[in-house]
Amino acid sequence: MVSFEFTVQDPNGLHARPAGQLIKEAMKCKSKVTIKNGDKSADAKRLFNVMALGVKGGDVLTVEVEGETETQDAESFKAFVTENI
Amino acid sequence: MYVLKGKTVFAGIAIGRVNVLKKERSNVRRYRVENTAEELERLKIALESTDKELEALYEKALKEVGESGAMIFDVHRMMLQDQDYTDSIENIIRGQEVNSEFAVAVTSDNFAEMFSAMDDEYMKARAADIKDISERLISVLKGESGAAEDSEEPVILAAEDLSPSETVQLDKSRILAFVTKYGSSNSHTAILARTMSIPALIGVDFSEEIDGVTAIVDGIRGEIIIEPDAETLAKYRTMQKEEAEKKKLLKEMKGKETVTKSGRKIRLYSNIGGTGDLPAVLENDAEGIGLFRSEFLYLEKEDYPTEEEQFAAYKTVAESMAGKLVVIRTLDIGADKQIDYFGLDKEDNPALGYRAIRICLDRPEVFRTQLRALLRASAYGNIGIMFPMIISVDEVRRSKKYIEEISAELKASGIACGDPEIGVMIETPASVMISEELAKEVDFFSIGTNDLTQYTLAIDRQNLKLDSINDTHHPAILRMIKMVVENGHKHNTWVGICGELGADPELTKTFVEMGIDELSVSPNFILPLRKAIRSLE
Repeated sequence: MVSFEFTVQDPNGLHARPAGQLIKEAMKCKSKVTIKNGDKSADAKRLFNVMALGVKGGDVLTVEVEGETETQDAESFKAFVTENI
Repeated sequence: MYVLKGKTVFAGIAIGRVNVLKKERSNVRRYRVENTAEELERLKIALESTDKELEALYEKALKEVGESGAMIFDVHRMMLQDQDYTDSIENIIRGQEVNSEFAVAVTSDNFAEMFSAMDDEYMKARAADIKDISERLISVLKGESGAAEDSEEPVILAAEDLSPSETVQLDKSRILAFVTKYGSSNSHTAILARTMSIPALIGVDFSEEIDGVTAIVDGIRGEIIIEPDAETLAKYRTMQKEEAEKKKLLKEMKGKETVTKSGRKIRLYSNIGGTGDLPAVLENDAEGIGLFRSEFLYLEKEDYPTEEEQFAAYKTVAESMAGKLVVIRTLDIGADKQIDYFGLDKEDNPALGYRAIRICLDRPEVFRTQLRALLRASAYGNIGIMFPMIISVDEVRRSKKYIEEISAELKASGIACGDPEIGVMIETPASVMISEELAKEVDFFSIGTNDLTQYTLAIDRQNLKLDSINDTHHPAILRMIKMVVENGHKHNTWVGICGELGADPELTKTFVEMGIDELSVSPNFILPLRKAIRSLE
């Protein structure tokens, strides 16, 4: 399992649109991607799950990537979130 | 006829028949299904076609409102494909052996409730998105088409609330306006209505009985007029037409210079009758005020307005115009514009009677109060003082003497006071004939063509029998204007027109060729005139 942390830059947090983009990106990963916000966690490929995390701007999220291609997946997913979320 | 109030989302006027959109939200029946596998297959097909509908809506919205407005449908598609959502529906079908519609409705309620309970206004509002996609899915399952209304003619669409998908799905060529009972001005629907420039009101408490009746949506005042009478209808039709023309002109002409092709600049000012006209002046981009009729201050009072009252009004106008010239005409009343407390005698021939500057010079206490207020206000902006009904150089000199005296008084008592431009109305044939002498005395002339025409042609404006010979383009008038311009320019006095003739499009070219420096017209004539002047050589 590979994990990393990132801070949500969008002051509105993970609203429907950025959450939607994030889900699309997670879908590209073969690995299982989990996002944790405090004690809540969500499957990054499920929109309602991610939205239910109630992520706000400035929140620090932990991402866990698990699977055969976890190294590449974590790398590309990390690149995406640091750039877009 | 009655009026309902609402909150404007997008201003504008719409006139037409009301179509009340009725929803059958709770109309989902639960029934048992024997073969759940078959039911799941039915759900799968419905999900696919709903997805196609949403994809089509996204494309439609993309074309109509652009990417940011269309994005919501992309999110809707993701919601529809969300595994938690579909899992929940499937589980209910399987576990309870019930129909898909019911399973969707239950899932929709659960998810919507989850979002409603979230500690975030934005997330709370997403409950509406879930209901929106679920309703769409349910109508697909039921085999209903999503189309909302079926009338051929364009309508004012009234609904409890409109979901984003309903808003975009509507055939815009058939929607005159939106009126909803609920919704916020930040909802997707409100944003879409604004992007599509369709008049829209929210928070209107209408009854379903308005379905099919004629109504007017007045997005400017935020109201809907149900079953308007013929007079109201006619009024709004005119407003609507003017609105459309104005919008077009505004787009073209606002912020542009009033200048001919060869580079001659014309000052395009506005006539006003009170501070209430200021919004129209600013909206129509007037370059100044060429005639502020001060009479309103006197007409609306029971007694002489005090210096302070007048000062406050003049100061407001001067400040609102932010450094642009504001020409204020001193009191112009007479036997035709009676004010009780002035105690004027009834006259047989008021147009030729005791009026305007004649009263002021005869009753210095009235004149001095107004001049003091004007001079004080001139410290707060660019004010011009103009005297009406002048027939002699002596009248101008006496008036100017008051100004000098009062300025000195104010300065001596340390009260702020500006140095306003001084001008006279040219509205008597006498003033035209002595305009060269008058020009030496003042900074500007403003030709009052209404009175000048009446006095020159010896035609009473009110006498309808004389209408046929009342030629406003009479060569005598035009020659007089030309003469005034020439005489004014000999002594560096700028010359404008503040009468109705100034707004006559047939004469704009003539005036510009004569060398007129300024035209002062009603606010709504400003932009059409600017357009006309810009097309002149």
